Amino acid sequence: MAAEVAIPPQHEIERAHKSRFDRAIGPLLLSPSVILLAIFVYGFIGTTIWISISNWDSAITDWSIADPWWKVYDALFHMTRFQINIRNTIVFTVFMLLFAVGLGLIFAILLDQHIPGNALFRNVFLFPYALSFVVTGVAWRWIFNPETGINVLIDTLGINWVLDKLGMGPFAPKWITDPRVIGDLGSIIPLPDIIKAQIGIPAAMIPVIIAAVWQLSGFAMAMYLSGLAAISDDVREAASLDGASMWQLYRDIIIPLLKPITISCLIILGHVSLKIFDLVYAMSGRGPGYATEVPGIFMFDKTFKVLEYNTGAAASVVMLFMVSLVIVPYLARSMKDV
Amino acid sequence: MDVFRSKKMNRRTVTLGSAAAFAAITLAPGIKLAAQEAEDQLEVFSWWTAGSEAAGLDLLFAAFTAMAPDVEIINAAVAGGAGSNAQAALQTRLAGGDPPDSWQSHLAKELESRYVEPGYCEAIDDLWEEEGWGDVIPEGLAAQSTIGGSKYIIPVGVHRGNVVFFNKQVLADNGVEVAETISIDEFFTIADTLKAAGITALALGSKDGFETPQLFENILASRLGAEAYVGLWDGTTAWDGDEVKAACEDLVKVLGYVNEDHPALTWDGAMSKVMEGTAGFTSMGDWAYGNAVVAGVQDTIGYAAHPGTDGIFISVVDGFVLPVGAPHPNNARTWLKAVGSAEAQIAFAPNKGCIPARTDVDASTLNAYGQWSAADFADSAVVPSNAHGAAAAPKFQAAIGEACVNVLVSLDAASFQMELADAAAAAELGS
Amino acid sequence: MATALGSPRKSENKKLGVGKTIGLIFLGIMLVFYLIPVYVMVVNGLKTADVVSFSRMWQLPSKLSLGGYGQAWDKLSPNVWSSVTLVVPATIISGFLGALNGYILSKWKFRGSDLLFTLMLFGMFIPYQSILIPLIKFLQSIGLYGNMAGLILVHVVYGLPFTTLIFRNYFANVPTELVEAATVDGAGLLQIFFQVMLPLSIPAFVVVGIFQFTNIWNEFLFGLTVITNPARQPITVALNNLSGSFSVEWNVVMAGAVLTALPTLLIYIVLGKYFVRGIMAGSVKG
Repeated sequence: MAAEVAIPPQHEIERAHKSRFDRAIGPLLLSPSVILLAIFVYGFIGTTIWISISNWDSAITDWSIADPWWKVYDALFHMTRFQINIRNTIVFTVFMLLFAVGLGLIFAILLDQHIPGNALFRNVFLFPYALSFVVTGVAWRWIFNPETGINVLIDTLGINWVLDKLGMGPFAPKWITDPRVIGDLGSIIPLPDIIKAQIGIPAAMIPVIIAAVWQLSGFAMAMYLSGLAAISDDVREAASLDGASMWQLYRDIIIPLLKPITISCLIILGHVSLKIFDLVYAMSGRGPGYATEVPGIFMFDKTFKVLEYNTGAAASVVMLFMVSLVIVPYLARSMKDV
Repeated sequence: MDVFRSKKMNRRTVTLGSAAAFAAITLAPGIKLAAQEAEDQLEVFSWWTAGSEAAGLDLLFAAFTAMAPDVEIINAAVAGGAGSNAQAALQTRLAGGDPPDSWQSHLAKELESRYVEPGYCEAIDDLWEEEGWGDVIPEGLAAQSTIGGSKYIIPVGVHRGNVVFFNKQVLADNGVEVAETISIDEFFTIADTLKAAGITALALGSKDGFETPQLFENILASRLGAEAYVGLWDGTTAWDGDEVKAACEDLVKVLGYVNEDHPALTWDGAMSKVMEGTAGFTSMGDWAYGNAVVAGVQDTIGYAAHPGTDGIFISVVDGFVLPVGAPHPNNARTWLKAVGSAEAQIAFAPNKGCIPARTDVDASTLNAYGQWSAADFADSAVVPSNAHGAAAAPKFQAAIGEACVNVLVSLDAASFQMELADAAAAAELGS
Repeated sequence: MATALGSPRKSENKKLGVGKTIGLIFLGIMLVFYLIPVYVMVVNGLKTADVVSFSRMWQLPSKLSLGGYGQAWDKLSPNVWSSVTLVVPATIISGFLGALNGYILSKWKFRGSDLLFTLMLFGMFIPYQSILIPLIKFLQSIGLYGNMAGLILVHVVYGLPFTTLIFRNYFANVPTELVEAATVDGAGLLQIFFQVMLPLSIPAFVVVGIFQFTNIWNEFLFGLTVITNPARQPITVALNNLSGSFSVEWNVVMAGAVLTALPTLLIYIVLGKYFVRGIMAGSVKG
């Protein structure tokens, strides 16, 4: 601290020593990257928005603006299929976050203790994070195929034999082929007329969520472990001197202290799940009755297969909007802190 | 030394040089084009990557090599998704002005809306004239090859989409006899028998997105007949009419007899069920028979026209086109001549499991199934398949696909028909 | 590897209480769950084609065979090399540019540089679907569509936000006095970068290298849409095609999945410490 006081404010030093030439050359050297990103991010997003309000809906490029300009969006939001896509994204995001972050926290707290095989656990829980979503999708797709995968294991383990003896039917879920939607929000509270999709949890989405949790919970665990390592032993000792139980220590002190980590996890994993594509594409595709389709797949299908470029572009703008809702406040806050 | 002559030569050299420079500048990717032309290649794009299809493609290549031995062939085949991945890849290449020398397309609407309307294809009326294809290609296919009065494609092989394959043993075990033709009612009676015996009556794979629309178009044809079926695609048959209603109800009824795991399967998985004997029937195109041949169990598999569609031949026809701005236009034309030849088509068909598009070829080299199909092709009303892109523009085709995805879950014939009618209205058929 | 995620706290007593035993059982169950896909992939890849069947998916192979891996390698090796020719240049170029950017944005700040940095960062989070159509059009117009150079460019550009972020945070922790001293000695901006900062930044390069390598190797959407020739498409795209085609035996698909996973997995095993550091650094605030 003392040393810091002795140093004059940074901008004075800069004025003193850094030459004007060097200060000019900085932005210049930065400019290739800035220009590339300006084109590839902002320019392209602008173009996509333009396409999404254009008449370009076939193999023939057409930049003219639709009449009215929101025509494509209007059609999109009235489309049951796209409503299902949005529902699926929300269900996927909520449950994936709940379980990935929750498991990550539990793993981190347990592994912060002295437990035999500590390093093994940490490494096994984190390794899926290093894999491609495509690998995850391919592997889990076979596991959750109802006729071949986990149901065979359930049979092999004799679970169904036991159930049969108990007079119950076999436990043979249809996993990624299950078309059912569990629950119907519309029957509980009145929904706006525009909503035609059944608002509930698509059963086929559950295996996809499991695969995503498998892949991403290690990330949350690693984040929490670093957070726990940063909490000084003094805090724990002070608490235990106060007679707080282990449970109280975590509930009242440590987990609240980890709040910034929790927020970071929710935002990073949340934005990944809002734009999820590869995993679902490789694992279940659109699913029965679009039960696992997400806007990323819809966009790919409409754009490259049906050639409705404007509809595809509009779906991608909706994705961008959802992601921005999460990311922009996060970036704005980070900027204030720097 | 003749001064005058050398001057003349100089001038010619200069003229040649500037012409070359001009060509290099004006012909879009000039350098690349020159380099490739020098190598003398032929790049052919298709989605025939696996097994018998790839073998068939190789025989087409062989026919080309016989005509142009020095040309190197580049096989730009893209796998997956029953051609839809390939179509996406091709579409982006074409949009970028980077066409291959020729590519595979289905006839009619797919050809029209994906390739001819955006201006990617060159008319090949002269080739049709030269090669006399008009005399040997049946009228129905010639019509499907014609867009706006010009021919744009040469059909190579013809598949039939409305066939049911069945396991003879399974049917015999359950006391079912199948005549050469099956009516709709007969089918449901058989299906009830099988269902009562705990056997999947009709195996379905609905994962890829074309299987259910294909099953549905077979049912449409069975209820509507050839003429009204064709009318569905040009706006003369109403989608909200009673016949379509009956077809929608039939589909929902049929779905009561299918395997539960259909969303996880593609058509080949469904065919496997029939071959294994865990299902009685599957309704598919005749490429499914190829799987039985490969597995060596063709003797146990019977076939017939999809119930109620005898005399109708729903055609899935593959052909090749000539692009605008082909990198090697001469080779491309030679390629089209090769694949349009009787020799190439008769060599190709048995491998691909289809029948030749030409009717002047000797069908005796085809297997029993192929001969049956060829005979039916000659006698039946040949109509286009929607599931394979020939009947409707991509948007309408996709809308029907979406309706089929929904009805698989809802099992609601009325809302299914309403969705179809809405899509038809939006497609502005016949305009 | 043992230290990849730091080590457990030392002050705890070593005896296992009831709570810890329950915790340990829970962790053990989860460990099995996390290893299920590994088991399925590795074991089935080792089976011979004739014993691969879905009903025996969970059984150990009766006789070991590397045939699945051999076939997978035959089918996928062109794509492995594609991925290598993609990943190596894209990682190096984006890493170097990121170092330069991070250095300027941390040590040579100018008016609006923080805002500029934040605007650059946004590119890291966008769903790439939202730039895909113009991107393809753009690549076509500059003649880079469908070839590796185009895909490398794409990965360099969309990798810049991340690499810039890591280096900026890294250089921010390098004492400014170092730069001051060098400027007093008369060194210019670039001289300082090459002679002072770059030699210091090896750890940051390792982190960036690992993360870019992993991200680009694992990427799917760009590989699928920018490269049209199936033989040149990256490994993830080829794996997905392989698993979608029913003419391919199942043991080959599983072996292919292992092949695809192997490079990033090796990096994780060998350089786990840096991998974890990258995870922390990548969450923006570092």
